[in-house]
Amino acid sequence: MGNHAKPAKDHAFFQHHFNTVGQQAGAAKMGMWLFLATEVLMFSGLFLAYFIVRALYPEMVLSSHELLDKTMGGINTVVLLTSSFTMAMAVRYAQLGDNKRCATQLLLTMACAFIFMGVKYVEYTGKFSHGVFPGAFFNYDEAIQYAHSHGHSFRGLPHVFFGLYFVMTGLHGIHVLVGIGVIFWVYLRAKKGHFKDGYYAPVENVGLYWHIVDLVWIFLFPLLYLVK
Amino acid sequence: MADAHSNESNYLTATRGLKSWLFTLDHKRIGLMYLVGVLVFFLAGGLFALTLRTELLTPEGGDFISATTYNKMFTLHGAVMVFLVIIPSVPAALGNFLLPLMLGAKDVAFPRLNLLSFWVYTLGSMFFLYTLAAGQLDTGWTFYTPYSNTTGTAVISATFGAFILGFSSILTGLNFVVTVHKMRAPGMTWNKMPLMVWALYSTAVIQVLATPVLAITLLLLIVERTLMIGIFDPAMGGDPVLYQHFFWFYSHPAVYIMILPGFGIESELIAVHSRKHIFGYKAIALSSVAIAIISFVVWGHHMFVSGQSELAGIVFSFLTFAVAVPTAIKTFSWVATLYKGSIEFNTPMLYGLMFLFTFSIGGLTGIFLGALSVDVHLHDTYFVVAHFHYVMMGGTIIAFVGGIHHWWPKMFGVMYSERWGKISALFIFVGFNMTFFNQFLLGQQGMPRRYWSYVPQFQQQHILSTVGGYLLLIGFTIIAIYLVHSLRNGKKVGPNPWNAQSLEWTHTASPPIEHNFHGQPVVENDPYNYPEIDRTGASH
Repeated sequence: MGNHAKPAKDHAFFQHHFNTVGQQAGAAKMGMWLFLATEVLMFSGLFLAYFIVRALYPEMVLSSHELLDKTMGGINTVVLLTSSFTMAMAVRYAQLGDNKRCATQLLLTMACAFIFMGVKYVEYTGKFSHGVFPGAFFNYDEAIQYAHSHGHSFRGLPHVFFGLYFVMTGLHGIHVLVGIGVIFWVYLRAKKGHFKDGYYAPVENVGLYWHIVDLVWIFLFPLLYLVK
Repeated sequence: MADAHSNESNYLTATRGLKSWLFTLDHKRIGLMYLVGVLVFFLAGGLFALTLRTELLTPEGGDFISATTYNKMFTLHGAVMVFLVIIPSVPAALGNFLLPLMLGAKDVAFPRLNLLSFWVYTLGSMFFLYTLAAGQLDTGWTFYTPYSNTTGTAVISATFGAFILGFSSILTGLNFVVTVHKMRAPGMTWNKMPLMVWALYSTAVIQVLATPVLAITLLLLIVERTLMIGIFDPAMGGDPVLYQHFFWFYSHPAVYIMILPGFGIESELIAVHSRKHIFGYKAIALSSVAIAIISFVVWGHHMFVSGQSELAGIVFSFLTFAVAVPTAIKTFSWVATLYKGSIEFNTPMLYGLMFLFTFSIGGLTGIFLGALSVDVHLHDTYFVVAHFHYVMMGGTIIAFVGGIHHWWPKMFGVMYSERWGKISALFIFVGFNMTFFNQFLLGQQGMPRRYWSYVPQFQQQHILSTVGGYLLLIGFTIIAIYLVHSLRNGKKVGPNPWNAQSLEWTHTASPPIEHNFHGQPVVENDPYNYPEIDRTGASH
């Protein structure tokens, strides 16, 4: 803050209520980290709800989760981890001012995000077609039959588990969709060659957001799919 | 320095037209728009309250509103006052205007986010208005389950409104934290920041850390009501106390979101109008931070009788007492600042003194409620109502009104009528205490809160309380008249009518220019340097 001296070169996106580009970049990054803190706190509310339900009805959670498809969940985990790698590459290329390579990496990241949502779509519709809906729409007869056909049986009130499953993965899915939107936005900017002269804060911040979306899934996957 | 530029345009006149306001990125204009919004809803919330008080003139219910209408009125009064008035009052309205000026910055760190926050606030308030039109709401502002899952009133639009308002609050908080960290003028070290800034900073930290939990709580409540997933409703396998834990984990820190900015204003009022260096600068600054931290671990004191474990109750009770320590540090520091000061009994100072009186009563009665055994007797009575009105209104609103008077000449470059200011302050002081002091006694005698009718022996006290409510109405009406009148007819003032020392007074005109300062201000002085009385401050 105490810095009057401007660097020799201001980039094209310097906002004049800041004194230096360094101040602007620092503010942007700090704002993003605070936003991520709010995201973590919001999801932590859901995780808390999950743990309380699990503590109240351990057998129900155990018996219900068997119905989730571990393979699809596993594929999605790999897909998201890969997308985090391509996102990190995009940030690196933006730092180097290589807009073309940056755009390619962003495109790959978006592709991963779409694959993730596609797999999620298959999972959701598979559940819906067997009466496994959230909450009051949970069809016990159909769902029990479906579980039996896979060699499982429910104990307790599985609609509570699936209610939480849909809320947690649903909210995460919304974050993936928002992620696709903001990645597309920086992709367009990379196409226009905006990232140069040390200006790359948008790509970095979108990257940070994308990593947190990834990280939430890293916790969701074992808690919902792999619980023992 | 500002006199040399007295003929140039200020932030009010720099650009013209409705669009120049609605799409402005200027923090001062955004602050003013918030101020208008907050005051409009303050009027609405106040009228809801007067409806309640008028109904309570007689012991029998049904004098002019039905029981259902009564339930809706107290719910809307609470929800509007909390979410639309008190939470945004000081930070979003005054804070937005003042923060960059006090820090010596051209604007907040993220001006577009700031405008977005205002628009999100407007959107959230639309949902509240829609709730009014669509069958209102009768759950109380806390939306407790399972009733909020079963009532036929418009729970979803109201909770969605509160959800959206939460985002507005988060955006403001985030913006302020980054602004304080990154936008301070050269020389403005952390220990040279005005205490108002410290208070806004602590508030912003709570806004960022607590509000997301409210967001997820309300989201779960909406999902519970629409899909019935069985998380809060015991009939479907849920846990209603879990809702209370969730809700108060946000809403207790939220009461500090409401009161901490009031503390900030109080520090400015007391120091500037007694012409003395603030006593215990670091103690006041850090006690704000301490309150912000402790506020996260006391939520259970709202649930002493809800069936949480006794051990939890004891721990929460102890932690609740702990909040009193940093709060008392502030109060004693303000009193010590007044000691041997050159106290000027102008309108802002009257509100400053009023705050000390009413907030102390509010704070100390909070200790009663935090004590486990006493709370069993007092919970859900008028004692609780009186307590939080002494804190929220006697604290935050009184400080807010004092702050409006203190910074009015800065915002508009004019002075209001000091005589009418004093008269209305008297109305408000008498009216407020008449309305609410009674309610401590009523509650102690067993008058339950939220009741529409009551036993006849309480009538006298209820009448007194209602009359007090109307005195408040008169007081606020007078303020509204003379403030509006001053805009056209008020005496023009120079940049620093109070002869204060912080940057918003010393380095810019009244009203400030669009970009706040000519050039970058450099801070050398302490913001509370009043050497004419207090020479110890000069070496600070």
